[in-house]
Amino acid sequence: MRQTIEMIGDFGILLKDSVAAVGPALFSGRGRRLSWRNLWLQMNRIGVDSLPIVTLVMACIGAILAMQMAPELARFGLVPVTADIVALATFREMGPLVSAVVLTGFGGSAIAAEIGTMVVGEEIEALEAHAIDPIRFLVVPRLVASVIMMVCLTVVGDLAAIVGAMVVGALFLHLNPVQFYEHAVQLLTVGDFVTGLIKAAVFGLEISIIACFLGLQVRGGAMGVGINTSRTVVMTIVALILTDLFFTTVFFYLGF
Amino acid sequence: MAPIIQIKNLRKSFGDRVLYEDLTIDLVPGETLVVMGGSGSGKSTLLRILMGHLTYDGGNVLVHTHELSQFSRRELNAWRLSVGVLFQTGALFNSMTLRENLALPVREHTDLPEELIDIMIKIYLQLVGLRDSIDRMPSELSGGMKKRGGLARALMMQPRILFYDEPTAGLDPVSSAQVAQLILDLKEKMNVTSVVITHDMKAAFAVADRLALLAERRFHMVGRPEEFRTTTDPLVRQFVDGLLDGPLSAKADQKAYEADLLKRETL
Ligand SMILES: Nc1ncnc2c1ncn2[C@@H]1O[C@H](COP(=O)(O)OP(=O)(O)OP(=O)(O)O)[C@@H](O)[C@H]1O
Ligand SMILES: [Mg+2]
Repeated sequence: MRQTIEMIGDFGILLKDSVAAVGPALFSGRGRRLSWRNLWLQMNRIGVDSLPIVTLVMACIGAILAMQMAPELARFGLVPVTADIVALATFREMGPLVSAVVLTGFGGSAIAAEIGTMVVGEEIEALEAHAIDPIRFLVVPRLVASVIMMVCLTVVGDLAAIVGAMVVGALFLHLNPVQFYEHAVQLLTVGDFVTGLIKAAVFGLEISIIACFLGLQVRGGAMGVGINTSRTVVMTIVALILTDLFFTTVFFYLGF
Repeated sequence: MAPIIQIKNLRKSFGDRVLYEDLTIDLVPGETLVVMGGSGSGKSTLLRILMGHLTYDGGNVLVHTHELSQFSRRELNAWRLSVGVLFQTGALFNSMTLRENLALPVREHTDLPEELIDIMIKIYLQLVGLRDSIDRMPSELSGGMKKRGGLARALMMQPRILFYDEPTAGLDPVSSAQVAQLILDLKEKMNVTSVVITHDMKAAFAVADRLALLAERRFHMVGRPEEFRTTTDPLVRQFVDGLLDGPLSAKADQKAYEADLLKRETL
């Protein structure tokens, strides 16, 4: 129990220090070019692998949602409303969540394993021995990359889902894409889009911080790396769902 | 001259495993202090404490007469920058080439132009005999090469103090002699102060101004090389001469060993 509390405390400290370090790390003079290069590297490493998977999965989810909704709505003669529902569900919920789960699998586990291996190889100590702050050097680029990539992935995922649903509409529901588009756009507000992206950014923060934290916590060689890598995936997904619930509740009460 | 580091009655344990009970030693400017001790006696841990990576449980570690545990982040970074550390495994950054490994500290802490950094990298790699491997990844280097790479990286910031954790372990006799010569050269030409941890008696006597033997949770003996060569202290003799029988091996309690074996057998 005490250990758990200590761990939560350490996590909070890492979160606070990392977020506080973002500004200076990106905009202060020295080491700036390195940070940018490192950031670009991390964005590639974390995000690019996830992109095709998110596209594929979200297109399928769009199609699935459309097929699930349409028969029910057809009973009331409201087939075109399928577009509204799919768009709403995607932008507000499925887009950010599914992208986050995929990014956890690709980026989160990779971050945890990489940092864990660095701990085992005395690399973190070597950084500190050179007076290089591991938070600025390791955590911040991954954090920023993960937030940026989450937002990008979500936008791509949202579009893929709409395309998936459009295809189903055109093939099975006698909804031509123009109709579909008009319906979806008519209903969607900027708020739907923005709440989704806010969620995405917070998910990105969560994924990277949990992965960095558990990576830095690795003790005891290769086995420790393995344990904390899988723990990262599980804990991140639980955290994502809990945050999602929290956000949805808040937005619900605020009437967004 | 005032000592750079003063260790007084230092205590350190991991859980209920007591590593040091009462460690006392000074490091004076310009000297090369060799620390010897059995495997697991806590030599690397001592370096970690001196670098501020690990806390200690009691006693004092004074760096330039200030208590290390009281250092602010800025003071700690300044101290760390003045020290070059060769880690036991080399601790190269595995995601970077040797060149990038050496460049990193300089890029982070100075505004030197890239061309100059590149020249420095080549000079230090030449010094440790690794100039041909400049663009290799650490995973493509042998253990001894990694260690020499780590040494080159430790020198990049031109530190006035150097900590070496087993600089010659895992090196062939020739490289080993070269590294020992390098340690001597650094002392003579650059007047660096060093702490060298080693099991390698030949290297130890070659580079040491003073030797310290860490045994039984304290410095069992601290003295000049001649004193270590001539002492009749059985523990020192056993360690220095690598004898099979002596106080170090008698410690292993035969009774406990038997009991341990038998208990396991009946389970
Ligand atoms: N972080 C730690 N947590 C718990 N125990 C530790 C830790 N670091 C070191 N130890 C223990 O402290 C003892 C000393 O370790 P240390 O690495 O300092 O030994 P050493 O003298 O450098 O040995 P070697 O010559 O083999 O390198 C060992 O028994 C080790 O198990
Ligand atoms: Mg050691």
